Amino acid sequence: MRKHVIGIVLLVLLLAACAPSTPAPPPTPTGPRTLTIMTHDSFDISEETIAAFEEANNAQVEIFKAGDAGLVLNQAILSAENPLADLLYGVDNTLMSRGLEAGIFEPYESPLLAQTPDHLELDPEHRLLPVDYGDVCLNYDKGWFAEAGLEPPATLEDLVKPEYAGLTVVENPASSSPGLAFMLATIGHFGLEGDYTWLDYWADLRANDVLVTDGWEDAYWGHFTYASDGDRPIVVSYASSPPVEIYFSGEDFEEAPTGVVVADGSCFRQIEFVGILKGTQNRDLAEAWVDFMLGRTFQEDIPLHMFVFPANENAALPEVFARFALIPEHPAQVDPADIEANREAWVEQWTETVLR
Amino acid sequence: MSPRKWVSGQAGRLLRLPLAHLPLAYLPLAYLLLFYFYPLASILALSLAPQGWPDLTSLARLVGSSYYLDIFWFTTWQAALSTLLTVALGMPGAYVFARYRFPARSLLEALITVPFVLPTVVVAVAFTALLGPRGWLNATLMRLLGLERPPLDVQGTLTAILLAHVFYNAVLVVRMVGTQWANLDPALAEAARMLGAGRLRAFREVTLPLLGPSLGAAALLTFIFCFTSFGVVLILGGGHYATLEVEIYYRTTRLLDLPLAATLALVQIVVVFGLMTAYTRIQARLAVPQPLRPRRVTQRRPRAVGEWALLVAALIPLLLLLLSPLAALAERSLTVGEVGGPAHYRALFANPRGSIFYVPPVAAVRNSLLFALATVGLSVTLGMMVAVTIAGRGAMKSRPRRVRLMDPLFMLPLGTSAVTLGLGYIVALDEPPLNLRTSPVLIVLAHTLVALPFVVRSVLPALRSIQPQLQEAAAVLGAPPWRVFREIDLPIVARAVAVGAVFAFTISMGEFGATSLLVRPQFPTLPVAIYRLLGQPGVTNYGQALAMSTLLMLVCTAGFLLIERFRVGETGEF
Repeated sequence: MRKHVIGIVLLVLLLAACAPSTPAPPPTPTGPRTLTIMTHDSFDISEETIAAFEEANNAQVEIFKAGDAGLVLNQAILSAENPLADLLYGVDNTLMSRGLEAGIFEPYESPLLAQTPDHLELDPEHRLLPVDYGDVCLNYDKGWFAEAGLEPPATLEDLVKPEYAGLTVVENPASSSPGLAFMLATIGHFGLEGDYTWLDYWADLRANDVLVTDGWEDAYWGHFTYASDGDRPIVVSYASSPPVEIYFSGEDFEEAPTGVVVADGSCFRQIEFVGILKGTQNRDLAEAWVDFMLGRTFQEDIPLHMFVFPANENAALPEVFARFALIPEHPAQVDPADIEANREAWVEQWTETVLR
Repeated sequence: MSPRKWVSGQAGRLLRLPLAHLPLAYLPLAYLLLFYFYPLASILALSLAPQGWPDLTSLARLVGSSYYLDIFWFTTWQAALSTLLTVALGMPGAYVFARYRFPARSLLEALITVPFVLPTVVVAVAFTALLGPRGWLNATLMRLLGLERPPLDVQGTLTAILLAHVFYNAVLVVRMVGTQWANLDPALAEAARMLGAGRLRAFREVTLPLLGPSLGAAALLTFIFCFTSFGVVLILGGGHYATLEVEIYYRTTRLLDLPLAATLALVQIVVVFGLMTAYTRIQARLAVPQPLRPRRVTQRRPRAVGEWALLVAALIPLLLLLLSPLAALAERSLTVGEVGGPAHYRALFANPRGSIFYVPPVAAVRNSLLFALATVGLSVTLGMMVAVTIAGRGAMKSRPRRVRLMDPLFMLPLGTSAVTLGLGYIVALDEPPLNLRTSPVLIVLAHTLVALPFVVRSVLPALRSIQPQLQEAAAVLGAPPWRVFREIDLPIVARAVAVGAVFAFTISMGEFGATSLLVRPQFPTLPVAIYRLLGQPGVTNYGQALAMSTLLMLVCTAGFLLIERFRVGETGEF
């Protein structure tokens, strides 16, 4: 008997030790309120911007990062009954249907939506509001092509030509978000049916010795000739990568060292959204954050921290973006509901065609 | 009754009093219950029985599919092959480190432990620098043989996966086997040779069986790590290969297909539990109490030229595979980009964009060290309690079944999908007093879950090899059990505890088994800082990521050297 008593005592002690040492003080009318935002690992912004919001709203902003966008959304869905945060930022158009179907977001029609172009607003009920967008496109190493005396690729079709054999590295759509985006670009461009489908294209790419990596980091830093010891001068990256390369090189460039293929239908536009999570205790503060995020202060801070473009049309771009960034005029289109319905099947078909 | 039996009986009774009972195991068991079984059960219940009754359709999907059978088969054989290669490469190293004293020994021993902490993305960069089409090896071969095209292509091949598995796990064999080997009485093998056995036969029939427990432990841990391998297979396998863990990760994070992911996670757990139970049985039989010899007796400097040659030959393959990627990373951190030199290291200290997530290197080192030290403290404390309970005391080495069951139980976290358990935390630990979902405490608790088996596996063979007569003699002379433990057991196992502590430290520093689910941006660690820098284009970010990786290697090397110096009591020679 005695040993059981000891055991129970130990258990209680352990439980007590695990309890937060200082319970959160009850919200007082004067003290700052805490606003929690859950987001993906790539979220970044400047200290000044956050401070501006905190000061104006007598609030304290806490950022909870937990993996990539897919993982963050899944956690929000699993914790719907006891939400981890007041807002979720970072769901993109490839994931939005899942989030909307799970019913974890509350609608909020921010007045600032008037400043966002209509084509970025994909949820008519305003549960998810567009914050920024970025295009996933092919990048190439200008120096390598000049040295090899070869024209850089101008379209998706170029990659399957014999002279481009063994030059391309792409990310696996099963594990990588730009990989999935690029796969969707080929689906939008070549279509699911017809004489030459997206899978025919991928079969040709495979025959032309395309290299597949797990994620963007390994493709860019492991295999892209411009950035690594690798031997692939063409990589799937972002349209914003060249200005970012210049920005971080600290040098004065006449033109970007890497190029982007922006032909019609060769890129896929990722739009990132913010939404207020159902069950928030701070609805008014959460609304203030959404307005702040769509406003100019935050929007103009986005490009140099997250390397994507602000959704707000009135936001000015930093100089390096204005000078060197290319925005594709007609990215490939795939409906978000189709993506959610077919993601698994498409990825499986892709895997079957390219890897097995 | 012979007097000897009587004494040992009395001593056994004395020894059993407090320590042999279960209370010592209550704390670790409670910990395991709260932070492993409870979250795991929560996520499995949610996944497999969302409406309250079990939904077996995903099981049916598994059973009827050759796709998953193929994955299971690949997972198993690549793990077995990786384990074989790891043991083959690690054993000569274990021998040399156990038996010889030579210059830079402890430094080398610390350096070969570093691979364990390196993030897979960084290792992939190092492998490309060495083995890639424009890498060092291909460039050398092309120059030597006058070739036009690179002769070797390991990108996205099974070879790359196997090499990486050996790279990560060889230290398990070197350290775990080496620790036991160092205290093995050389007289035993010498006696066999005197009786006419050849070198090989003496090794096979005397040394190898005596090393059985630690060799088995190292091989088992290697197998489990390779069986649940994820990053290595994804990144170095180029998407051509999938293990169960890769499939679980994909199902969970991309498709939110929890039922199938949970079923696969269960398969993994069952396999590991089965292996562990079998191993525990064998190990308890293999363990022989033996007269241990202190290191100053067993170790010596190599004498003749022949011995030096043997030493170098045994070490070269190991050091080549384990240290050349480290060297490549350090070299790159100084030469990448236009600037070169220490510029990337200097850049680590600046935050030109005023980012809220900028990680000052000092803070990253401090956070990593704090998490690692807390993990070492918690896992060594809990691990000792577990090991002592399992090993039993004195003459009463045979333990009741429920105690024997504890051993595989504490190994289970190693075979559990990290992403499944991570989601379990989100689902289960959401109410006070266990509202830990966003707390940094959870990081230590999760790291300890992975570190604990290493402490147990390191300490247990040492505890079992203690001759019961020593404990009995002390007990009969009037020493209370805790004193027997302190004066007899602890000095003998101190070395093994240090090895366990090194592994616990390593696991936490490298955030082994923890996913991005367990990252708290308020407390950024070195791996978190590395990932942050690698996540954006720009050569300076790349250079800084390599600089930060080099920093991680340095901090770990220093940490290992320090832990090795740390000895319990005066008797540090075992």
